[in-house]
Amino acid sequence: MVATSPITTQTDNPLQDGRKRAMLLAALYIAQEQFGWLSEEAIQRVAERLNLTVGQVKSTASFYTMFKLQPQGKYRIQVCEGLSCYLVGGAEPIINYIAEKLGIQPGETTPDGKFTLEVVQCLAACGTAPAVKVNDELYENMTFSAIDQLLERLQQEN
Amino acid sequence: MESPVQPQPNPLTIPSYTDLPFYRKQVRIALRNCGIINPERIEEYIERGGYLALAKAVTEMTPDEVIGVMKDSKLRGRGGAGFVTGIKWEFARRSPAKPKYVICNADEGDPGAFMDRSILEGDPHSVIEGMAIAAYAIGSEEGYIYCRAEYPLAIAHLKIAIQQAREFGFLGKNIFGTNFSFDLYIKEGAGAFVCGEETALMASIEGRRGEPRPRPPFPAVSGLWNKPSNVNNVKSYAMTPQIILNGAEWFASIGTESSPGTAIFALTGKINHTGLIEVPMGTTLREIIYDIGGGIPGGKQFKAVQTGGPLGGCLPAEALDTPVDFDSLVQAGATMGSGGMIVVDEDTCMVEFAKYFLTFASAESCGKCVPCRIGGRRLLEVLTRIGNGEGKPEDLDEIEYISRNMKEASLCALGQLTPGPVMASLRFFRSEYEAHIYDKKCPAKVCRGLITYKVIEENCTGCMVCKRNCPAGAISGEKRQVHYIDPNICERCGICIEVCKFDAIMIE
Ligand SMILES: Cc1cc2nc3c(=O)[nH]c(=O)nc-3n(C[C@H](O)[C@H](O)[C@H](O)COP(=O)(O)O)c2cc1C
Ligand code: FES
Repeated sequence: MVATSPITTQTDNPLQDGRKRAMLLAALYIAQEQFGWLSEEAIQRVAERLNLTVGQVKSTASFYTMFKLQPQGKYRIQVCEGLSCYLVGGAEPIINYIAEKLGIQPGETTPDGKFTLEVVQCLAACGTAPAVKVNDELYENMTFSAIDQLLERLQQEN
Repeated sequence: MESPVQPQPNPLTIPSYTDLPFYRKQVRIALRNCGIINPERIEEYIERGGYLALAKAVTEMTPDEVIGVMKDSKLRGRGGAGFVTGIKWEFARRSPAKPKYVICNADEGDPGAFMDRSILEGDPHSVIEGMAIAAYAIGSEEGYIYCRAEYPLAIAHLKIAIQQAREFGFLGKNIFGTNFSFDLYIKEGAGAFVCGEETALMASIEGRRGEPRPRPPFPAVSGLWNKPSNVNNVKSYAMTPQIILNGAEWFASIGTESSPGTAIFALTGKINHTGLIEVPMGTTLREIIYDIGGGIPGGKQFKAVQTGGPLGGCLPAEALDTPVDFDSLVQAGATMGSGGMIVVDEDTCMVEFAKYFLTFASAESCGKCVPCRIGGRRLLEVLTRIGNGEGKPEDLDEIEYISRNMKEASLCALGQLTPGPVMASLRFFRSEYEAHIYDKKCPAKVCRGLITYKVIEENCTGCMVCKRNCPAGAISGEKRQVHYIDPNICERCGICIEVCKFDAIMIE
């Protein structure tokens, strides 16, 4: 988490109210880290802390791709659709391949809660594109057979 | 430029790095410390003249004099639009309301761009010093750096740098014993490209949806929390200390008359030497791509270079002698943008390439205004149709019609510029579009609706590997017999090419 502006508890000054609201993104990051995703409960708590309505918090959170309003699978498979990955013919074929194998579309989670498929921007592995990230683990130079092996291994892990 | 690691003249074989072709044509102002100092030690920045410019500004110059130097240097903002920085500062200074805010736009979201990230990671103090000078000039005591969340190392280095600057008294109360006070905070984005637009960025700092609003009022009049605010790009701030130290004339002597100083690009794509470069404005695309970038790998033909990222445009080989500066690039049909430079070769289909940027930009539409939200989607439908071989002759007019509307009626530059890459590729590579539509052919053999996979009979050994691996079951053939791919079943996924050990499959 990042140092943000000084927090105050005063709320009669519009500027101070504004500063409280300015903590919202940082607060959502913290809540997401604790809960794994932004559940109703997490949103409720953030709203209470910052004197905002649940609607305000939800509307803001839903604008940003980094905030997850759905439960996430145990393994978050992030396929890069950045430029370098695209140029080597990655992205679309890989996304389609994984989507077909898991039977889910990007943004969805398998019914057993194991995998979430996501499409993301550059993973900073352009030199070894195409790249796929699973949770915090990066996989480079991906091929269809490498995906087969990866998914097989993850299926077997508990 | 003095380097602590002085390149020793070596009479034998090893050339100094400044002699390498990649570096020889470069002039490093914003990148002068990157890779040379340890960004986690403020002492190393100070040894290289760091914070001298801030000291000079606050102890020897009035705010108006600082603005005067910036105006004389004619520095144009490096975030894309190229607005003169000194004039922007003057607007903010003249705004009567208080407090005022200094904001650094570090939301760099263009695919293939990583200039701002390199500066934040490699030389964070140059940005902090530039922001402090801006704060002194406009009369602000509080600043924000809005950094995209995808750059954790940049954020970490910034945090360290801000802390050290506070300890050394370069941030905080009564800087250099004067009555100038200024402090700085980091705000982390959350994955929305449109937040790079300055009004959306300020909404996001305020903890709201990052939707742009119409300008005027400009941020200099009513910005963050409706107070006067000055927004500049990372590179603009990083160049500021050098301008204050070395003077406006020095800066204006580099580059061209209307675009002084240096241009910073992230060279990527089909090019031998990828990486960050800083060259005097006015250097030609040819010099950058061939002399610095070392040309196209694998003996392939250069096809196009995209500048300005997903909101820019591409230029063909005929335009390689265009000098790189704000005005010449626009004249040629592209834009400067914030500094991505992507080179593609003969294997890239320009329809597909344009579709890539369009997919990116239209997905980032915040949805607030109709031309951008609907127009982007409609354009994408047309390009998809063309790529699938279902294009109609009137589609090219349709592209131009939608593009014109988006350009004229969208609320912010995102919508206005989204059709840019499509328009540029249509202008310079019209024949490729026509080949897709009339001949149902993709000249670069990329578009899946227009290619067929075929077995090269002489090479096929009948090993059956492709048949076993084909997910669609499109391949037939007996062991040691030439195989056959049924084009009606084939999904063009490319797995057969990947697994074939005998180069026996080709695309037609
Ligand atoms: C969709 C969109 C995205 C933008 N992204 C960035 C960005 O990532 N970084 C940036 O500095 N400017 C970006 N800009 C330009 C900013 O609105 C603004 O002009 C710039 O930060 C001003 O800084 P400068 O005067 O130093 O160039 C973007 C503009 C638009 C319309
Ligand atoms: S584009 Fe995929 S890692 Fe950079």
